[in-house]
Amino acid sequence: MNLLRIEQLGKSFGGVTAVEDLSFAIGPGTVYSIIGPNGAGKTTLFNLISGLFAPTTGSIHLDEEDISGLPPHKLAARGLSRSFQNLQIFFNMTALENVMVGHHLHSDTRFFPSLFALPAIGRADKRSAEFAAEMMDYVGLGNYIHTDSDAMPYGALKRLEIARALASRPRLLLLDEPAAGLNPSETNTIADLIQHIAQDNITVLLVEHDMHVVWDVSDHILVLDHGRRLAAGTAEEIRSNDAVVEAYLGRRAKDR
Amino acid sequence: MFADFLQFLISGITVGAIYGLVGLGFSVIYNASNVINFAQGEFVMIGGMASVSFLSMGIPMPLAIVLAVVVTTFVGFALEIFAIEPARHNSVVSLIIITIGASIFLRGLAQIIWDRNYHNLPAFSGDDPIKLWGAALQPQSLWVMGGAGIIVLLLWLFFNHSILGKAILATSFNPLAAELVGIDTRRILQISFALSAALGAIAGILVAPIALTYTNVGVMLGLKGFCAAIVGGLGNPMGAIAGGLAVGIAEAFTAGYISSAYKDAVAFVIIILVLLFLPSGLFGRKEIDKV
Repeated sequence: MNLLRIEQLGKSFGGVTAVEDLSFAIGPGTVYSIIGPNGAGKTTLFNLISGLFAPTTGSIHLDEEDISGLPPHKLAARGLSRSFQNLQIFFNMTALENVMVGHHLHSDTRFFPSLFALPAIGRADKRSAEFAAEMMDYVGLGNYIHTDSDAMPYGALKRLEIARALASRPRLLLLDEPAAGLNPSETNTIADLIQHIAQDNITVLLVEHDMHVVWDVSDHILVLDHGRRLAAGTAEEIRSNDAVVEAYLGRRAKDR
Repeated sequence: MFADFLQFLISGITVGAIYGLVGLGFSVIYNASNVINFAQGEFVMIGGMASVSFLSMGIPMPLAIVLAVVVTTFVGFALEIFAIEPARHNSVVSLIIITIGASIFLRGLAQIIWDRNYHNLPAFSGDDPIKLWGAALQPQSLWVMGGAGIIVLLLWLFFNHSILGKAILATSFNPLAAELVGIDTRRILQISFALSAALGAIAGILVAPIALTYTNVGVMLGLKGFCAAIVGGLGNPMGAIAGGLAVGIAEAFTAGYISSAYKDAVAFVIIILVLLFLPSGLFGRKEIDKV
């Protein structure tokens, strides 16, 4: 049983084909990484899966249900959540409130009870705050709970995005370069966190340029080049794949 | 002397509370969409006119008021769906221009449905003024102040202590990220228009017994409310109320001590001063661009 199955997916913008005839499947509770040179189509693929773009051809299935072209908020309701390469934090709120908004789908948001501040809403709000605090602890941000998000350092904000994504209780978590711009020790923390998330049976789809992270955490790796599949397999298989080494490191690396 | 002062203060606070409620309507929509809804004044007008008209049909006052708020809320909802929604992906400026058009349309429609005459809504609990150190306090003023107070409290709880309120704040800051965490941003926009319309209607109904109501009443009240929202800092609900009170009191004292001819000018002088010296208002968040 696959959690996510991509069938002959394609996306073109005018005459430019960003993703072409791509098929793969991800089992539950695994970490699946997508790597490839800049412009290989990784972010387009992410935007297709998270509903920001509608596919030109092919289809996307979550739990064998066709989800291609559904708007992002409906995908979130089906258990798909993501973080961004460039931070998308609600800087007008505290860290905790950011995560609480992530928990929005599981909260009581009926209009009239919310407007009249009925006790049921107060209780739901409190539960949601507790859950959000737990999520912040989980990603290692326990110290930042009441900090205004615009006062937090970059490395913490990267983890705040992950906490917010986790607060929607996803089954599939898409992480777009979670280690970009982090120092080596922060990068290690993120790698540990990703493994932790997968152990808790949340499937992770990862785009990452830091190859240490990719080798460490991935169960499967898909290599994209010019929007097509160049190779796919376990870390070992990819490392010894001639085509990949050539695309990534150039021919000389192999000759050495 | 003191009686005069008190009298001006009372009328300033009363009319200021109304401006504040109208300003709140601006803030709610601005918070959800960064749009300044210039049809806000029309909500005020529809609230007042609809309650007069329900009352003349023989519907009892409390029910007529509730119906008028419901009708106005529905108009706000419809405005979002038919005018804003189709243009949602255009720039904020286009949306603002659409609201100006909608305002003219609604005013014209109101003149066809009703008429161009002035109408009076009876005060909620009689017209016998309460004597207060030589000044007269109309019972309706108490309704206005109390009504505004309760609404402010409810809104504060809504935005600060409900997830739906936070979802509105999140949508205002980053619609894309909001949608990706599962917020239906279209619903948020519809809710904020409906909520603003209800706020406008309540303001229009509360003020109608004091200031009469007519199809053009929304033009000036809308501008004063806008002024209140600007003075208090756009998007800050508490600020809108404080701004409304400031404008209302300044107006009442100008009318009382200088000349009532300058009354309306006060609000606009205040807008100019605030925009020149305090562009983000008294309580607005400072806009800082991080590089």
